[in-house]
Amino acid sequence: MEKRARFSSRWLPYALVAPQIAITCIFFFWPAGQALWQSTLVQDAFGTQTEFVGLENFKALWNDPLYLASFKTTAQFSVLVAVVGMAVALLLAVFADRIMRGSGFYRTLLIWPYAVSAVVAGALWMFLFSPSLGLVAIALRHLGVDWNHNSNSHQAMTLIVIAAVWKQISYNFLFFLAGLQSIPKSLIEAAAIDGAGPLRRFIDIVFPLLSPTSFFLLVVNLVYAFFDTFAIIDVTTHGGPGTDTVILVYKVYMDGFKGQDLGGSAAQSVVLMVLVIALTVVQFRFVEKKVNY
Amino acid sequence: MKLNIAALSAAALASLVSLPAHAVVEIQWWHSMELALGERVNEMARQFNASQTEYKVVPVFKGNYAESMAAGVAAYRGGNAPHIIQVFEVGTATMMNAKGVIKPVEELMKESGEKFDRSSFVPAVAGYYTSSKGEMLSFPFNSSTTVMYYNKDTFAKAGLDPAKPPTTWQELTGMAAKIKASGEKCPYTTSWQAWIHIESFSTLHNVEFASKNNGFGGLDTRLMFNSPLHVKHIENLSNWAKQGLFSYSGRKDEGNARFFSGECAILTASSGAYGNILKNAKFKFSVAPLPYYNDAPGAPQNPVLGGASLWVMGGKKKEEYKAVAKFLSYLSQPEVQAKWHQETGYLPITMAAFELTQKSGFYDKNPGTDVAAKQMIVKTTDKSRGIRLGNMLQIRDVEDQELENVWNGKKTPKEALDDAVKRGNDLLDKFQKANKS
Repeated sequence: MEKRARFSSRWLPYALVAPQIAITCIFFFWPAGQALWQSTLVQDAFGTQTEFVGLENFKALWNDPLYLASFKTTAQFSVLVAVVGMAVALLLAVFADRIMRGSGFYRTLLIWPYAVSAVVAGALWMFLFSPSLGLVAIALRHLGVDWNHNSNSHQAMTLIVIAAVWKQISYNFLFFLAGLQSIPKSLIEAAAIDGAGPLRRFIDIVFPLLSPTSFFLLVVNLVYAFFDTFAIIDVTTHGGPGTDTVILVYKVYMDGFKGQDLGGSAAQSVVLMVLVIALTVVQFRFVEKKVNY
Repeated sequence: MKLNIAALSAAALASLVSLPAHAVVEIQWWHSMELALGERVNEMARQFNASQTEYKVVPVFKGNYAESMAAGVAAYRGGNAPHIIQVFEVGTATMMNAKGVIKPVEELMKESGEKFDRSSFVPAVAGYYTSSKGEMLSFPFNSSTTVMYYNKDTFAKAGLDPAKPPTTWQELTGMAAKIKASGEKCPYTTSWQAWIHIESFSTLHNVEFASKNNGFGGLDTRLMFNSPLHVKHIENLSNWAKQGLFSYSGRKDEGNARFFSGECAILTASSGAYGNILKNAKFKFSVAPLPYYNDAPGAPQNPVLGGASLWVMGGKKKEEYKAVAKFLSYLSQPEVQAKWHQETGYLPITMAAFELTQKSGFYDKNPGTDVAAKQMIVKTTDKSRGIRLGNMLQIRDVEDQELENVWNGKKTPKEALDDAVKRGNDLLDKFQKANKS
């Protein structure tokens, strides 16, 4: 089978991909290059005094034990967000797939949170869990749990994971549902005739066939947890208590946008960029081998 | 069609002729005043615009203080900074050290021939925004300080005299214990812990927050807030937390809601919280000065100044500067200032505004509203004038983080303050390097 597309003109394929390449250059390579350059500078807030310092900004990062600790926090947070988010979404998708009546209604409700901005999602959960006023916090107190994420690190981490997962569930749900619906019914029926129960059918047929979707979602969720969650942290915990919920991207945001330390912030974002590129390469090299397309 | 062209050219000609009369100079004013405060700001601009025909001030809300400052920095780098930008006290050092970025207010007023008398301002307020060379760099706009609020009804219920708030921390502990014994769950809480319990605590006790007069004397300043007195206070707070006398609410103003909902009996917070508390509290409350330790020599001095000032950006046209100067003159009028002070709870910025408010009987009608002002109308010392440090936003974050490490039992007060000083000094070092000349 010939998979290659044929074009009458040699330039047509280039012309067709040109817009995409232009967008990538303008919105990715250009800013990334600027970040690289900025990370070697020390500058005052308004950029009136600039000094080239080489790798000085990076050295300062490695000598900061709190920066190193924030790697651990980030790892913990992103694994929790990806695993919990995907597991819950898969469960919901499996149930939604079975519903015969009113499925559109359920699906719409489940997709809704995706339209909510991260700041609003954070504020919503912050109010629900607010130690003295929050509905959930008060309910928990009746159950004997003293909820105060302002001074309890585990509770603070739980809160930001819940908020981040809730916001991302819709996205995961949508892809899992599409994945489930593309599995041929005949395969499942054949297994059922052979006597496989629902759980068996899920483990041996559905889940392996979902693996491309799961793999894609794993990459997307990790990137989401790494980059898109600072707003949630900013409105719920501000990185506290102490520095226990300061993830890498939140520190980039704090130092760069609030602290006006562009050099230090750029150095951190370069580290973050390298880290995510490395993670994605690892995922494609090793995890993808276990994926059946 | 012909007629149209004739009409158009006539209109164009007319507009040319009338141009000088209508060439209104427009001034952009970026601020961070939300809700009711934002309405006050718009009203000020409207009244100024109506008072004359040559200039027009356009106020633009640019998000909270940090966001608006970030927007100002970005706009400057992009070459279209506003004429006036409101910057919070935390950003003062950054603005002062940005060479050529700003136009010193005193210089601007002199060049534009506007009257400007530094001594008409409340000294504690003027001193905060004055350079080491004695020049006032920005125009004080909304200044606040730290005060204590207490629930008079709870005091009465606990068998305490509602007319006698605690004046010292020692007294506060005794009263908090009685309040707790009367069945209350939260005798005392605070908002803005770093601002109140470290920064304002330092100036109130006349001890250094940082060397070189808290940074007023140069960029080679270093933090000093791990002194025995500071450690003692944080130890006390930590013990009170364990005894159930003090309850931590969060880094910002989360404590305010716990006070006006009636949950907490005593609150230390910004004087600017008055209006909001008045609106929401369904019980009798009063305002009192911030408590201090009476065995500390030099206490009580004055609490530290907070709030924001107006900075004029550099590189604008001469007639635009004239417009800015006219507007600042308008803002300096005692009537305008007194109105702003009475409606918002911010400090009166000029002595005339304070006296005008006093004469009008406002303080008698609204008891407690003069507490903040009276705390600040004193002669300040080198240690109490204010705090002017680079990277202050991050330093305050460090203070907050390390205090939380005390509240959740991870570090002892001494360890936490030592670590905060060490981490903060790294930030000061960084700022010094970035602002060498």
